[in-house]
Amino acid sequence: MKRFDKLFNAKKSHVLNMYCTAGYPQLNSTMQVMKALQANGADIIELGIPYSDPLADGPVIQQSGSIALANGMTIQKLFVQLKNFRKEINVPVILMGYLNPVLQYGFEKFCADASANGIDGLILPDMPEHEFEKEYGTIMENYHLDFIFLVTPETSEERIKKLDSLSSGFLYAVSSSSTTGSDKNMDEVSNYLQRLKSYQLKNPILAGFGIKDKETFDAVCRYANGGIIGSAYIKALEGETDINAATESFLKPIISTNK
Amino acid sequence: MSVRYQNPDALGYYGKFGGAFIPEMLYPNVHELQQQYLQIIQSEKFKNEFNLLLKDYVGRPTPLYYAQRLSNEFNTNIFLKREDLCHTGAHKINNTIGQILLAIALGKKKIIAETGAGQHGVATATVCALNGLDCIVFMGEKDMERQAPNVARMKMLGATVLPAKSGSKTLKDATNEAIRYWINHPDDTHYIIGSVVGPHPYPDMVARFQSVISEEIRWQLKEKTGKENPSHVIACVGGGSNAAGAFYHFLEESGVELIAVEAAGQGVESGFSAATTALGTTGILHGSKSLLMQTPDGQVTEPHSISAGLDYPGIGPMHAHLFESGRARFLSATDDEALKAAFQLAQLEGIIPALESAHALYVLNNLKFKKDDSIVICLSGRGDKDLSAYMQAMEK
Repeated sequence: MKRFDKLFNAKKSHVLNMYCTAGYPQLNSTMQVMKALQANGADIIELGIPYSDPLADGPVIQQSGSIALANGMTIQKLFVQLKNFRKEINVPVILMGYLNPVLQYGFEKFCADASANGIDGLILPDMPEHEFEKEYGTIMENYHLDFIFLVTPETSEERIKKLDSLSSGFLYAVSSSSTTGSDKNMDEVSNYLQRLKSYQLKNPILAGFGIKDKETFDAVCRYANGGIIGSAYIKALEGETDINAATESFLKPIISTNK
Repeated sequence: MSVRYQNPDALGYYGKFGGAFIPEMLYPNVHELQQQYLQIIQSEKFKNEFNLLLKDYVGRPTPLYYAQRLSNEFNTNIFLKREDLCHTGAHKINNTIGQILLAIALGKKKIIAETGAGQHGVATATVCALNGLDCIVFMGEKDMERQAPNVARMKMLGATVLPAKSGSKTLKDATNEAIRYWINHPDDTHYIIGSVVGPHPYPDMVARFQSVISEEIRWQLKEKTGKENPSHVIACVGGGSNAAGAFYHFLEESGVELIAVEAAGQGVESGFSAATTALGTTGILHGSKSLLMQTPDGQVTEPHSISAGLDYPGIGPMHAHLFESGRARFLSATDDEALKAAFQLAQLEGIIPALESAHALYVLNNLKFKKDDSIVICLSGRGDKDLSAYMQAMEK
């Protein structure tokens, strides 16, 4: 069974997806960060591939990407770091990145290497759905990779249903039209998630963008199956030498009463 | 005759280049444009307003000037398309007039733009003042320093100028910041992209607004020489909007040689260059697939040019297609060569060109012409904004 199916069969709510940037804070801290996230309660790990021009990201994640690139991070090095990671990490792991570096690596080679190393799925926010349908979707399917589309409060019902039908693993509900890491009006977010829930989509829904602490995580978990935290955690890692301790003190309050 | 180069297909592709590679947060705005732009800009009401403003406000038609002394120098016939005489000093305003009318038709209240040299920023601030719309211009921090007079002009016109502080702090980063702002403020904002770049329909839309340049060249040349077509059309290319406009009505005329001139910076192989077709590979930047200067890992390279308007690591998808198909020839000029050409034009013809346009002028030195050729060079902008670079060159 796919790792995502196993996860969502066992856990229907308060699923916590934690974003981290590969090669941040140090070039070789990727595995350490992933282990710390799993040990401290993350249900899914979303590993960001740094890019020079990350259009959908706010300043915090941009900055972490710049640091990772300055550290020398590349997709080649990432796959070396991920060799044998499945011996230690059991939770689903997805790679999040922008299409350009993946195309330069070679889309099929990227899928083959991701799959061979035990990656479960991909998020590429600038992948147009017609390109997915025409070309890339089949390649990912051949390598048993899930692909997760994003929807926003401005996405029409018809389009949400289409993107849901093309996605597998989960559907990424962007909490409002924004870049990552900006503050949100949580009442509006709730209305939107409630609306998504009413569509009875085939995929579980994880909400992201602006989820930063227990309060915001619990708020989205009222209607979504879980939430995605990125910028707030990246900020928490800044300047920390003890990654495990920083991760523990960040996650402890968020997951305290949910289990 | 089939149209092979002028317009993209329904998904915005020129050959294999173009498309709309955008995050979902931008989908409603870009989709709205895709659905409506042709209908709006082809309506009689729009065309009348657009043409009236081009005439009375921009000062079109701009002259097609026969440059006698320059022609003597190269022993041929050289015509300068005087876009430098447009209101605000460059061709950029052709596009901003078109886009602001479109934005108003779509009910938008606020305008954002990116700018490199500041010419597009000034042209955008100008049409916003003209129509009473709020205007925010994103400009690389480095460009704000080297183009200070244009920053002052934008501010005087009532625009807010926000520095882009990420990456190379130039045009690419200003474009990123403008797109991020649009993601965060989607409801009432229109993004006026200044070049034939960005997701579909921008490259086509901007090319259509700039196509007035070649439309005029055609009848002006006929009037002056009796010839249907020029032998050559030469224009500089950063993103490529003045070249798209100057080439547009000659794209399907195979007898017209189209020459695009990129900025070689300190030399194509120097590591400080913006010559995209010489150094680039297929990639995705700012929402479209095109040729792009990048590392083997797909990280976008920081370009270099003395000219802020050409300091961009990509080119528009139409130009990538013209390059790959061989329809246009791509040459380049270095920083020093552009300076040399600027001084030559100033002293032969009494016209101080923008540094961008000076790149196009330089390649006259690299080409062989016949005596009866009719060469049109798009003089895309005037050189006032580049005086500090010219003053430095005189001190050397």
